[in-house]
Amino acid sequence: MTSLSLKELNKLPVRLASGHRLCAGCAESIVVKQILMGTSDPVAVSLSTGCLEVSTTVFPYTSWNTPYIHTAFGNGAATCAGLETAYVALKKKGKIKGDMKFVNFAGDGATYDIGLQALSGAMERGHRMMYVCLNNEAYMNTGIQRSSATTLGASTTTSWAGSVQSGKKEFSKDLTEIMVAHNIPYVAQVSPHNWRDTVTKASKGFAADGPSFINSISPCPRGWRFPSDETINMARLAVETCVWPLFEVVDGKYALTAESARIADGKVEKKPVMDWLTAQGRFKHLLQDRWEPVAEAYQDEVDRRWKKLIKLTELDL
Amino acid sequence: MALANIKDLVIGGRIVKAGSSENFPTGDWRSYVPVVDQDKCIDCYTCWIYCPDNSIVFRDDKMSGIKMSHCKGCGICAKVCPKKAITMKEE
Amino acid sequence: MTHDIAINGDNAVALAWRQVDPDVCAAYPITPQTIIVEKFAEYVANGEVTTEFVCVESEHSALTLCTSAASAGARTFTATASQGLAYMWEMMPITAAMRVPIIMAVANRAVSGPININNDHGDAMSARDCGWLQLYSENVQQAYDNSIIAPRIAEHHEIQLPCLVNLDGFILSHAIERMTMVETMDVREFVGEYEPLYPLLDYKHPVSHGNMDGPDYYYPHKYQSVLAMNKALEVAEEVFKEFADMTGREYHLVDEYMCDDAEFVAVILGSSFGTMKETVDQLRAEGIKAGCAMPHVYRPWPEAALAKVMKGKKAVAVFDKHLSIGAYGPMYPEVVAAAADLDSMPKMYNVIYGLGGADATVAGFKKMMEEINEGKAAKVTYLGVKA
Repeated sequence: MTSLSLKELNKLPVRLASGHRLCAGCAESIVVKQILMGTSDPVAVSLSTGCLEVSTTVFPYTSWNTPYIHTAFGNGAATCAGLETAYVALKKKGKIKGDMKFVNFAGDGATYDIGLQALSGAMERGHRMMYVCLNNEAYMNTGIQRSSATTLGASTTTSWAGSVQSGKKEFSKDLTEIMVAHNIPYVAQVSPHNWRDTVTKASKGFAADGPSFINSISPCPRGWRFPSDETINMARLAVETCVWPLFEVVDGKYALTAESARIADGKVEKKPVMDWLTAQGRFKHLLQDRWEPVAEAYQDEVDRRWKKLIKLTELDL
Repeated sequence: MALANIKDLVIGGRIVKAGSSENFPTGDWRSYVPVVDQDKCIDCYTCWIYCPDNSIVFRDDKMSGIKMSHCKGCGICAKVCPKKAITMKEE
Repeated sequence: MTHDIAINGDNAVALAWRQVDPDVCAAYPITPQTIIVEKFAEYVANGEVTTEFVCVESEHSALTLCTSAASAGARTFTATASQGLAYMWEMMPITAAMRVPIIMAVANRAVSGPININNDHGDAMSARDCGWLQLYSENVQQAYDNSIIAPRIAEHHEIQLPCLVNLDGFILSHAIERMTMVETMDVREFVGEYEPLYPLLDYKHPVSHGNMDGPDYYYPHKYQSVLAMNKALEVAEEVFKEFADMTGREYHLVDEYMCDDAEFVAVILGSSFGTMKETVDQLRAEGIKAGCAMPHVYRPWPEAALAKVMKGKKAVAVFDKHLSIGAYGPMYPEVVAAAADLDSMPKMYNVIYGLGGADATVAGFKKMMEEINEGKAAKVTYLGVKA
């Protein structure tokens, strides 16, 4: 994949058309575009209910130039698995020919929370499908409520920064680790600012002989409270602060990639979490003296997880 | 709003015209408009890969302009341009 | 070429599935449906079917996986009961609205709480507004026959709706009865090759399935299902006729017993129809002119056929094996509505019976029918309840 060039990628068919109704500056369509560049086979897309779903298929308009399905919120993985199952069944009977790929896109609400059971089931059963989480760290579609992907201290409409509370009380669930524990062939974290890393990982995910899971940070200008032109910078900052490390787990073997690999190698400086917190309105209150311990706890947890990840990459399997 | 005539609808709420949202303009959401300085542009595709609305148009490997029918004016293209060839102006 | 076998209802359903050999089956075991899943898994293990069989992690995923597989273009079957159907409930109206003809067997069981594994119709009745076709089975033979008939109605290109095949839990699912099976070749010929509409896997013609509707489209899309349901009344009778030509077993939208000259009739579903037939025999032996009828097709609601049955009767007793607490049994208002067009409205009674496996005996039915005949029954009776 070293030969990846934007000039060549530009020649691929546009699978997600203009005219969708995602907010200006939303990262989700950027991630989707990059992920779908990971295969030249026909690809069927399923979506869990969420921002992307309601924005791309408002009847009578669809933004999908490829076979598309949505059924409900907590079952995106089962929806995608059904397509793959039908494909296997009909191919076996000679009713369809040629290769086809299957991918489900879902927000963190549909992945970390309500859809976790269906996701776990589909991964365990080994369907040859890819599941991509567009992680904007809250239920943005319903108006910025906390999810189990929301990080410590973030103010959301169900975990307010108030006079006695500093936003969300808990750090996020490490869903990517949970997916690794399913022992599926391919798991990765991506960020849309690094298109090369994302497209490369998507190619590996699509090519995997079994289920693959990709977790993408997906900055949300509205929910994180930053200007809409800062989306890509915000995604980069997530990686540079190690809040969102880029890595992949191929058949159980961990490897850091891109900026995260360079940070681990000491070639690039790891930025302080404070850079991340000060860039977003949802963390604004953490700059008050009284919430300083929360900001420190945030840094500590990021450091702890980063160290653990580095240890995991050192495992000799 | 008047109810649609069922004679015009495929059963199951299916949409059989792929990519039909191209006919749904989102350009009127814009309050800032990207202006391209073609002299500075190096046709590097950076704005294209990050445009959330598929609004950067390339023809014959040249950045030929921005599809104003769908550009929402988010300003990402201006921010990511390595040559600062795009500036956002109030619409 | 047919022959008789001894088989329980669940195994009879599984046998019908084996003969149809659907493309995809996803299911989750639940009492009293479990035998269907187990038996079908055995067919899979022994290569007796070509079906892709998926052991999902929940009923919600079972119906989801079936819905998308069916949208993709596969003939798809599943089965559940009680809490399983309740867990599927979110998907039930979605499946119907996506217009995919999935066949689902339901071994009818009471819905919790309190938790109860025995038979009543609380599961299927609670799903009656979801837009699914519903067939009811009087005995094991009908559970089997309905499983073969259902795809023909559901998959009809002017219908394209999912279909529940109801069989009473334990009473039919686990009870071994004598049944005449159809030869597999004949079953295959009867159901025919599956021809999906707008299959998602046809990637050269990309279609978006499961889109978001505003008010201007939601209601029109629902109305399209109304038309499909209406069409199903007509198609069901045609398919029943064809099935009767093949097997000699005759079904109708409303199956009747001794209704023609009856002075009053009971309307009742499932295995209790058999119990009521015996009751009618005993009443007749005493000179009481009773009759009974079962809506074999419950959705679409066979209003005209029922009205015909009720015409000129002095009373109608609607026996419901479920209760909308605070109102009536679910079938009662619908039978009343069907009777409303008659020149002379019979006296309409509602009997709530058999909840959670409570006794549904000939003796109990007979006493109830006598009270109705004598005009002594209350408008609504909670049969057997001591208060």
